[in-house]
Amino acid sequence: MSAPGSQGAEGRALHAVPEVATEKLTIAQAVRDAMLLEMERDEKVLVLGEDVGVDGGVFRATDGLIERFGSDRVIDMPLAESSIIGMSVGLAATGFRPVAEIQFMGFVYPAINQLFGHAARMRNRTRGRLTCPMVVRMPYGGGIHPPEHHSESYEALFLNTPGFKVVIPSNPHDAKGLLTAAIRDEDPVLFMEPKRIYRAFREAVPADSFAVPIGKAHIARTGTDVTLIAWGSMVRLCLDAAEVMAREAIDAEVVDLRTLNPLDRETMIESVVKTGRAVVVHEAPRTAGFGAEIVTQINEHALLQLEAPVQRVTGFDVIFPLAHNEKHYLPSRERIVAAVQSTLHF
Amino acid sequence: MPELDPSRVRDLYRDMIMMRAFDDKALKLQRQGRMGTWPPIKGQEAVQAGVAMAMGEDDWLIPAFREHGVMVLRGVPLHLVYAYWAGDERGSSYSEDVRCFPVAVPVGSQWQHGAGVGLSLKLSGDDAVAVTFGGDGSTSEGDFHEGLNCAGVFDARTVFVIQNNQWAISVPLHQQTRAETLAQKAHAYGIPGIQVDGNDVFAVYAAADEAIQRARRGEGPTLIEAVTYRLGDHTTADDASRYRAEEELKEWEGKDPILRLRRYLEQKGLWVEDQEVVLQEEAHKWVDDQVKALEEMPPQAPEEMFTSMYAEMPPHLSEQMQSLVEEVRS
Ligand SMILES: Cc1ncc(C[n+]2csc(CCOP(=O)(O)OP(=O)(O)O)c2C)c(N)n1
Ligand SMILES: [Mg+2]
Repeated sequence: MSAPGSQGAEGRALHAVPEVATEKLTIAQAVRDAMLLEMERDEKVLVLGEDVGVDGGVFRATDGLIERFGSDRVIDMPLAESSIIGMSVGLAATGFRPVAEIQFMGFVYPAINQLFGHAARMRNRTRGRLTCPMVVRMPYGGGIHPPEHHSESYEALFLNTPGFKVVIPSNPHDAKGLLTAAIRDEDPVLFMEPKRIYRAFREAVPADSFAVPIGKAHIARTGTDVTLIAWGSMVRLCLDAAEVMAREAIDAEVVDLRTLNPLDRETMIESVVKTGRAVVVHEAPRTAGFGAEIVTQINEHALLQLEAPVQRVTGFDVIFPLAHNEKHYLPSRERIVAAVQSTLHF
Repeated sequence: MPELDPSRVRDLYRDMIMMRAFDDKALKLQRQGRMGTWPPIKGQEAVQAGVAMAMGEDDWLIPAFREHGVMVLRGVPLHLVYAYWAGDERGSSYSEDVRCFPVAVPVGSQWQHGAGVGLSLKLSGDDAVAVTFGGDGSTSEGDFHEGLNCAGVFDARTVFVIQNNQWAISVPLHQQTRAETLAQKAHAYGIPGIQVDGNDVFAVYAAADEAIQRARRGEGPTLIEAVTYRLGDHTTADDASRYRAEEELKEWEGKDPILRLRRYLEQKGLWVEDQEVVLQEEAHKWVDDQVKALEEMPPQAPEEMFTSMYAEMPPHLSEQMQSLVEEVRS
C-alpha cells in the first residue's frame, strides 16, 4: 500500500489514498516512529547502538526514545560494533528483539564476525532451537559529502551471506512499514537506510502502526517501454529520470525492490516481460554488485522476451571518493537516460 | 622530568597557538562552505604539542582523526590536512620523508597499525619508534586490546597515546568503561600504563619522552592516557549542547591548556604582551597562507579515483575510467 506522494507521475496513482489519519514525515522520522510504536507494542523490543540514547542518534532517528522508554530499553553502547551485534545475538536468542544501530554502514566491519559467523547462522546451526529475531539498522550510501568511510553501499556483502533478510526503503511510508515488519520478523533483518534522502522530503504516512510485507517489490511508476529496477535512494533518481524521458515520449516503469533478500522476482520479471527492456541502477560498485544477480535472474526467466541486453548503471569499482569527486562516482539521471537509450537502440 | 630550556618552552607555547589558530580557521571555513566536516582539536593542544616535542626526527606517527596538531608538527603541511577534510584525497599524499600514516576514521583501527609499525621498526633494526594515538571511546573497540596485546607479546617499539577527552560523541567516559582509569588497561597486557594530566604540557612531554626512550632502547611498548577535554563539538556536524552540561564545559574552559602555559610563562618572566601580539600575527599569517595554498590547488581530475587503485590498472578499470573521461568531456 502506497501513501500519497510515493507514486510516480501525476495521475498515475496506483493505490487509492488510504482513509486513515496520517502525518507528514521524513524517512528519519518514519524510522523513529516505527521503533517507537513497536516498543510500545512489545516490551521485548530494545534499541541499542552508539549515541542512540541521550543524543537521539546522529541522524536523530532515535530522538526522544530514551526519555520515553528509559536507558534499559534504549541503550547507549560503548564504542564497539562487535559488541553491539554480538550482544544483540545474545539478547535475541534469549527472548528480546534488539534493534541495533550501526552508525554508518562503513563501520559495520568490526561486527562482521558476529553477523556472518553467528547472527546469520544461529537458526540453522541449532536446527531452530535458538534464533536471532533482530534488526540491524545502518545508514548507507553516498550523496551527503561526508568524511571518509561514510558513503558506502555494501549491501552485496550481506546478500552473498545466506541467513539475513535485506531491506532497503526508498520513502517514508515504506521506511515505517518495512521497519515495523522487520522488527516483527523471526529472522535477522539488515535494514539499510538511504541517508541521502533521510530528510530530503516528507510524505504522509499513516499515524498508526502498520507493516509493509518484507519480500514485496513496489511499482513506483508504471510504464510500457523499459523497466528501471532500483532500491533506496536510487528509486527517486529513477523516477526523476523517468520524468525526463517522458518528455521524449519514453515511458519507463520503475520497480522499487524494497527487499533484496528475499527478492520479489515475480513483480520484477512481470514488469520486464511487459516492457522487454531493463536497466538496473545501484550506487554500489559494479563488479559482483546486486545488479549482476538481477541481470542473471532476468536472463534465467525472461531472456526470450528481452528486446535488448539488460543494462547496469552503477558505481565504479573504486574506493568511494571524498566529497570533491563524489558526483562523478554516483549514478546520475544522465547515465540512466543513456542506458535506457542504449536498450532502445540496440 | 627532563629540564626544558626556556626557548623550548616558548616553542611549545607557539605550537599550541598555531594549533588553536588553524583549528579556529577550519571552523570558519566550514561555516562558509569551504571545508567539509571538521573535528576540532580545541582544548587538546597540550597533548599534541607535548608528544610531538618528545618524538625524534625519524619516529613514525600513526594518528586517529583528531591529531591535526601533532600531524602538522611532524611535517604534514597544513594545507594538505585542510584538503583531506575538505574532501580531496590528495590531502593524504604527503611527501615520502614525512613518517606519518593517513588519518584513520574507523575508530580504533589505527592502534594495531601502531603495533605493526613498532614491530617493523624492531625487525628492521630501525632506531625509530612508532607513536600512535586514539580517543577514549576507541578503547572499547577490540582493536585497541588486540593492538596492546600484540605490541606487548612482540616487544614492539610502540607508544600508545590515548587522548582521553572524556567524550565519544555523546557518550561520557563512565559509560564507556567500568575501569577507574584507561591507563590501567595496559596492565592486563603486561605493559606499563601511565595516566597524565593532558592539559599540562610538561607532564605530557615527560611521560612521552620516557615512553619513547624506553621503546627506543628496545624495552617495549607503553600506554599513556592523557586526560584532557574536548572544548568543541565532536565535529561540525554535532551539537554538544544536546548531551553535555554547560557547567562542565565552563569548568574545562577554565583549564584551557594554552592559558595555563601562558600563565606559567608570565610567572617565570618568559613572556610579555608584545611577544603575544607578534606570535598571534605570525600564526594567522601562516594559517592564511595555508588556506591560500589549499585554494590554489588545481582541482583534482575525476579520473584520479581510478589512478591510485592498483599498482597496475586492470582492464575493467581502464574501461570504466575511459567512460568517465568521455562523459566529463562531453
Ligand atoms: C568503527 C567506527 N565506529 C563509529 C564511528 C563514528 N564515530 C566517529 S568518532 C566517534 C567517537 C570517537 O570517540 P573517541 O574515540 O573518544 O575520540 P574523540 O572523537 O573523542 O576524539 C564515533 C562513534 C567511527 N568513525 N568508526
Ligand atoms: Mg573522546
